[in-house]
Amino acid sequence: MAIELKMPALSPTMEEGTLAKWLVKEGDTVKSGDILAEIETDKATMEFESIDEGVIGKILVAEGTEGVKVGTVIAVIGADAGVAHPQPLPQARGEPDAQPFPLPPAGGAGGGPVRPEAAPRPADPEVPAGTNMRQCTVREALRDAMAEEMRRDSRVFVMGEEVAQYQGAYKVTQGLLDEFGPKRVIDTPITEYGFAGIGAGAAMGGLRPIVEFMTFNFAMQAIDHVINSAAKTNYMSGGQMRCPVVFRGPNGAASRVGAQHSQNYGPWYANVPGLIVIAPYDAADAKGLLKAAIRSEDPVVFLENELVYGRSFDLPELDDHVLPIGKARIMREGKDVTIVSYSIGVGLALEAADLLAGEGIQAEVLDLRTLRPLDREAVLTSLAKTNRVVVAEEGWPQCSIASEIIAICMEDGFDNLDAPVLRVCNEDVPLPYAANLEKAAMIDAARIAAAVRKVCYR
Amino acid sequence: MLAYGIDPKVIMAELTGRGAGISRGKGGSMHMFSTEHKFYGGHGIVGAQVPLGAGLAFAHQYTGDGGLCMAYFGDGAANQGQVYEAFNMAALWNLPIIFVVENNGYAMGTAVQRGSAETHFHRRGTAFRIPGISVNGMDVLEVRSAAEVAVAHVRSGKGPVLMELITYRYRGHSMSDPAKYRSREEVQEMRDKHDPIDAAKAELLKRGMAEDRLKELEKQIRSKVNEAADFAENSPEPEMSELYTDVLVESY
Repeated sequence: MAIELKMPALSPTMEEGTLAKWLVKEGDTVKSGDILAEIETDKATMEFESIDEGVIGKILVAEGTEGVKVGTVIAVIGADAGVAHPQPLPQARGEPDAQPFPLPPAGGAGGGPVRPEAAPRPADPEVPAGTNMRQCTVREALRDAMAEEMRRDSRVFVMGEEVAQYQGAYKVTQGLLDEFGPKRVIDTPITEYGFAGIGAGAAMGGLRPIVEFMTFNFAMQAIDHVINSAAKTNYMSGGQMRCPVVFRGPNGAASRVGAQHSQNYGPWYANVPGLIVIAPYDAADAKGLLKAAIRSEDPVVFLENELVYGRSFDLPELDDHVLPIGKARIMREGKDVTIVSYSIGVGLALEAADLLAGEGIQAEVLDLRTLRPLDREAVLTSLAKTNRVVVAEEGWPQCSIASEIIAICMEDGFDNLDAPVLRVCNEDVPLPYAANLEKAAMIDAARIAAAVRKVCYR
Repeated sequence: MLAYGIDPKVIMAELTGRGAGISRGKGGSMHMFSTEHKFYGGHGIVGAQVPLGAGLAFAHQYTGDGGLCMAYFGDGAANQGQVYEAFNMAALWNLPIIFVVENNGYAMGTAVQRGSAETHFHRRGTAFRIPGISVNGMDVLEVRSAAEVAVAHVRSGKGPVLMELITYRYRGHSMSDPAKYRSREEVQEMRDKHDPIDAAKAELLKRGMAEDRLKELEKQIRSKVNEAADFAENSPEPEMSELYTDVLVESY
């Protein structure tokens, strides 16, 4: 009986991968534990082991093939080479039982393929008209931002867990060790409190550190240095001593990693005077704002999102794409209602806006991009245009960025409001593990659309 | 700070929260810095200065300027976890840093024996292969010669050194500390028999310095202190506009 070998999911967020290399050929006899192939995921190159015994009958996906969906049959093991017959290539997504990890639910905050957005996006006014665009993942945009700034300024270096030899736990620092060497791309032990302090101290000593946290969940060990050492030094020293450090890494919920690995720290850091807090959504903003963050004389918390790393967006082909910190951006124009969001929430807000367009509601989507200093003007200008606001935030509701946006609308935009501002946030619980509960706890486009209908009295 | 050549007037003005203070009155007793004099604080979170010091040492190593960092902390701070995170990385990367534990016997009100399983702090680097020296911190010449050994070790590229300075404090931990955790006799005994300034004075006399010269020195010091106190007292508080300055360096 033939056994189908399917493209495995080698991480909870993997949706597709590259079949980098076959280590067996048709007719080879394999046994359990033999390495069959090397598969490149969004995070690493992994070895694919056989769990069955038999003879490789047919290889169905050639090595070097990119974008092979998880579950695709890539080879067949037959009882012997003679009886195996080629199978027709199945649909893109195979049976979930073949996967070592359950897949995240398609769509929603849990990830899944981002469908092409229907409405054209307004261009970023910061990018010169007529600039050529190319497709780029957020992961590559972040890496290129660091590499460009490291080429430009010898004081810039990057330190963190697995940033060098491992090429980054999420491959964001891939290739940097090769180009810049171990003096400037530094693997640290698992010691967040310690290396956050060393990074802050090096910044006080005149360097430009980029401190990568594998995720911001682990930075809670280090939050004292982010706040007490980095954010307050300039003020406490009467402007004499600066701390130009960038703390960056993925923030917010990933997928199926449980409560301790799934938290949005945007509101925490945005509470602190003396810090710059940036949380970009797309590749252009990730690159332009990370470059600005590295150049800033102030300490910056740069919040990325694991689920967005692998998404591709238009990136302007500019020699030096640097964006201003503290400026929101209209991602979609609309006249009926404003959806304010940031980070992964922007994708969901755009999805909701597409849904609503079909119902005749023209939603404007405003991406805050920087959480501190917050672009109050952009919020109020859009409110004055649409008179209705919904805030979408992948995070808890209490004392959130959403709370702050509501306060701004109340304080300075009250006369323009035709309806109370609503917020769509995650449920007010630690993030559960089970797929159904996780899905229920997270914001999604449907919930955002429902809130929009409510403020539009539809 | 005085040893780094910083003007006592701006220190006193900072202690009293004046606009002329070294941090414009916005730092206070715990937050004084002078990058000009290579003095980097002044940190209010006990133990956090140790990784920051390792970061300064990292910057010296990175730029190759030949500098080293002296990171001072107390016997109380020596029990913070991040101190050992810094030890580990400093030893791993051979950072040019001297860790200086000032062991004065009390972490605020807690005697060393009540708070530390290992009370010989110079041994605390052993797990990281950091050599330690125990030094009588009440003896100026011993401190100096130990520091010379430590500096030579670090400058030769052999990585960090841990110095334990065994010392004492006469006053309370803060202005509001009644110091009920130790006897008056203990304090008096230290003052009478182990005072480092008295000992230095005796040493100078023994080596032939004239008593009049010493008296003159003491007079000069006294007037410098008075001058600084007068300066601070007569300086105005910071301008109200200072409330909003220096939050960020740049405008966004």
